[in-house]
Amino acid sequence: MLHHSKVVGLPVSRIDGPLKVTGTAHYATEHAAPGMLYGYVVPATIATGRILAVHTHEAESFPGVVKVYTHENRPKAAFRDAKWKDEVALPGHPFRPLENDRVLFDGQPVAFVVAESFEAARDAAALIRVDYAPGEAKTDICAERHNAYVPPVPRMPQFMPPKPRGDAETAFGLAPHSVSNDYVIKGEHHNPMELFGTTVILGRDGDLTIHEKTQGSQNSQAYVCGVFGLDPERVVVRNRFVGGAFGQGLRPKHNLFLAVMASLDLNRSMKVEMSRREMFYLTWRPSCVQTVSLAADGEGHLQAVLHHAVHATSRHEDYQENVANWSGLAYACDNVKIEYEIAKLDMATPGDMRAPGAASGLTALEAAMDELAYAVGIDPLELRIRNFVHRDQNQDKDITSKALHACYREGAERFGWASRSPEPGSMREGNELIGWGMAGGIWEAQMSQAEARVRLFADGRVTVSAAASDIGTGTYTILGQLAAEAFDIPVERVTVAIGASDLPKTGVEGGSWTAATSGTAVQNAAKAVIKTLLDHAKNMENSPLADASEEQVEISEGRLVLETNHQAGVAISDIMASAGLPFIAETGKAAPDKAIMAKFSAYTHSAVFVEVRVDVELGVVSVTRVVSAVAAGRILNPKTARSQILGGVVMGIGMALHEEGMIDHRSGRIMNHNIAEYHIPAHADIHDIEVLFVEEDDDKASPIGVKGLGEIGIVGVAAAVSNAIFHATGKRIRHFPITLDKILESEINP
Amino acid sequence: MRPFAYTRAETVGEAVAALAADPDAQILAGGTNLVDLMKYDVARPGAVVDINRLPLKEIEELQDGALRIGALVSNTAVAYDERVREKFPLLSSAILAGASPQLRNAATTGGNLLQRTRCYYFYDPSTPCNKRQSGSGCGAIGGVNRIHAILGASEHCIAVHPSDMCVALAALEAIVEVQGPEGPREIAFADFHRLPGDMPERDNTLAQGEMVTGIRLEANHFAPHHTYLKIRDRLSYAFALVSVAVAMEIDRGRIVDLRLALGGVAHKPWRDPLAEAEFAGATADEMTFGRIAERLLTGAKGQGGNDFKIPLAKKAIIRALKQAAAGRPQDQTIKAIQ
Repeated sequence: MLHHSKVVGLPVSRIDGPLKVTGTAHYATEHAAPGMLYGYVVPATIATGRILAVHTHEAESFPGVVKVYTHENRPKAAFRDAKWKDEVALPGHPFRPLENDRVLFDGQPVAFVVAESFEAARDAAALIRVDYAPGEAKTDICAERHNAYVPPVPRMPQFMPPKPRGDAETAFGLAPHSVSNDYVIKGEHHNPMELFGTTVILGRDGDLTIHEKTQGSQNSQAYVCGVFGLDPERVVVRNRFVGGAFGQGLRPKHNLFLAVMASLDLNRSMKVEMSRREMFYLTWRPSCVQTVSLAADGEGHLQAVLHHAVHATSRHEDYQENVANWSGLAYACDNVKIEYEIAKLDMATPGDMRAPGAASGLTALEAAMDELAYAVGIDPLELRIRNFVHRDQNQDKDITSKALHACYREGAERFGWASRSPEPGSMREGNELIGWGMAGGIWEAQMSQAEARVRLFADGRVTVSAAASDIGTGTYTILGQLAAEAFDIPVERVTVAIGASDLPKTGVEGGSWTAATSGTAVQNAAKAVIKTLLDHAKNMENSPLADASEEQVEISEGRLVLETNHQAGVAISDIMASAGLPFIAETGKAAPDKAIMAKFSAYTHSAVFVEVRVDVELGVVSVTRVVSAVAAGRILNPKTARSQILGGVVMGIGMALHEEGMIDHRSGRIMNHNIAEYHIPAHADIHDIEVLFVEEDDDKASPIGVKGLGEIGIVGVAAAVSNAIFHATGKRIRHFPITLDKILESEINP
Repeated sequence: MRPFAYTRAETVGEAVAALAADPDAQILAGGTNLVDLMKYDVARPGAVVDINRLPLKEIEELQDGALRIGALVSNTAVAYDERVREKFPLLSSAILAGASPQLRNAATTGGNLLQRTRCYYFYDPSTPCNKRQSGSGCGAIGGVNRIHAILGASEHCIAVHPSDMCVALAALEAIVEVQGPEGPREIAFADFHRLPGDMPERDNTLAQGEMVTGIRLEANHFAPHHTYLKIRDRLSYAFALVSVAVAMEIDRGRIVDLRLALGGVAHKPWRDPLAEAEFAGATADEMTFGRIAERLLTGAKGQGGNDFKIPLAKKAIIRALKQAAAGRPQDQTIKAIQ
């Protein structure tokens, strides 16, 4: 149906763009209702221990305050853990706000003030005093790695390491070239523009309309219905616009719980928005320590890969992400041993953050590959080419497609890699050492489960609806493009309605699977509409399509026609009129194809090339050039696709150089809990970033040939930056972020 | 934030009277720092005296090439003023190295002098901080202290002054003009900010009821040889780890007059005029610059997390002196350290 693309594959501007730039796209806390109350959270100021007393009297008597909630007066909620487990919950006990006197992490909500205005709630919150009996906090992953354990209940089976193959230890000992080092990555904290927030609008009949910042409206809806025992028919959750999420919005947060709790308790509409500070106490990329040992023969062929990863989790949940398994499938190697453990810290439960696992694990692997290249004495890109593998050795499966050679070739050419002088410190301009580094990236090309409904009107207009979420990635636009393509209309004639729990069922938006999944559902729904249209057309007198099958027809210029002969056809308006229908609506579904997945693994791949300039005396690093070459199957919209990769690269530069939750390990508290002191790249830190999408046909990863782009852009970037810093300075910095003090203090690598 | 009384002063006299009458009163000018601190519950003024209507918004040329900058002139207006750029380019450069255009548009000259430290512990009322709450202790000593002082700190406080502009003003030896209940007075810039000692809650030497009305800059010969070099954790919108303001006079390759102020290293913009004077007549070359760096960092002490600032400050001083000597000041509009 899509072989003659007129809309798909074109750089269509975001269809929701005008709403966003004119401020008419309303985010979760930009909705109002009469008699609205406002909530404000008081975060704990210890990392572990017990609450002895919460002094609320002063706050309660503050003008405008309606009620102050603590663990002592919180309304009842579900008893069993199962009711608190959302669609993407973790093994362990889900956090329950204001449940009891135990403090499990810095910033845990310990009181919740509800008032007639936001200001009253915030100002009263400052008057609340809490007495604690603090415990001894453990928050340093480097210390707690020794208390790490293999998670007893896997979050996902595929996160557990594959069985060792060959004999990695022996092969490592025998190989002529080897490297073995620890890599430490500090915890990173999500800071999307939009803060987490919830507006609960209480209808006259007691129904709840909840505007919520989430990556899954149906996940949030099921959560509140489960926790509060609400009738799902009477609760709608909307997330029409999401101001950045990157994984932090997968699981429901305490803002949702507290807003609904107070709304039900006080019988009023409620609004709760987190403070920027609270954003640091949720869903962070766990700090991790990894040991990567690689060995190669004289030509650079990998003889052994050993990767041991430990990352942080909380006391109450076993967060898990696939950190190390990539090392077993990135390159050809017969002797592989992967170990994966987690360690409990007195911190909030970590969570998914753009390319969870891969961003950390491939930072270590790809930095180690660079070290190995120098140990062997060959070009880092050449080392990767020599170890190329077109098979998933972890699962012993074929790969649906892997145009990584094209990424290497086209990326290197655009970057000018061939003119690199291999010697570290060999490129200098004035006070600056120039370094070129590269790394590879991998992410899973996944499909989830989704439905979509497509409605075709007699005048040719089309609406698409689904509970899918657009977290700023361009989902509105690509779904509109797919529908426009199917019905041969301009994208302006398509109305896309997504972001509400009462729309066709869609899983949470994450894992880079939305385009492949919801896109396929839209395509299938469109096909079903065309089939119904054909059925009606066949019933018409003297129908030129009487003998046509659904495979033989398509829509062209408002008519249902034979693919091979556009003269033979019937106008959509005539078919509708004949059938007496104002519109035709059908639902399409999408799900992973188990038969294909039994035989194949599907991944996106990338090659990232980075130029840094390092001030030779001051250690200041600038990333002056990046080329990211990506193989991600079919690109539905090169404009939104490029934006995704650009954002990933910028986030990767932050991972390499800036981002770090600074913890006072004496108290277990995060001290830089604001975006003045928690650094992400500023404009001055970002120079030229070029994105290339290489040609890659893949009919197995998803029915529409799409692999997904949300995560791949960040993977490998931090490693490429650190490799470039080595090339510039001869210094291997294995602790991220690479701040200038680490460069100044580091000795030249032997 | 806590409830507070709000008054709007129409004259300097009214503002001073309001301040003098209420020890809990604080001045509101640009609000870029005070309002944040109030929202974080760090500043809890009982009364706020809004001075935005006072006639302190002019930059005036005085006799002998001096310049007076009113306390309410925005940082942006100072940075882009033609007279400032021509006669005191160091000041313009330092301002442009700080904050963001939006903040500089709102922030005022007087407010910049009075901004509070960015110490993590000062900003978090649930932690001990002698500056925020006298006698509560110092969380930063033994804690997270990457951004803290290496010079002039005390056992009570290791916070640093965060301003860029003030580092330039220290080098330029500005005069702070003050109005108080007893009338006007002048404070030499070096005497305006103070070291923490055992009273870290006091950032400066303003007396109860006094307010800054302006600053004055005397003409100098430093324009050809100056620079403001700021080293930070990202290339924009971050406070200095170390910054260096240099104003020099060089004659036939020799230092005639040297003024060097450091930012990000102490509770106040750090100057050592005695040390500077030792280098009068020295050859303006890298060897001398190295000796200057060593001399100025004599007695520097790290706190663990900020030990790196000592070698960094030395290297930054050498680089800044080279920039200034060569007449190639750091350009604040490029994405690089020169």
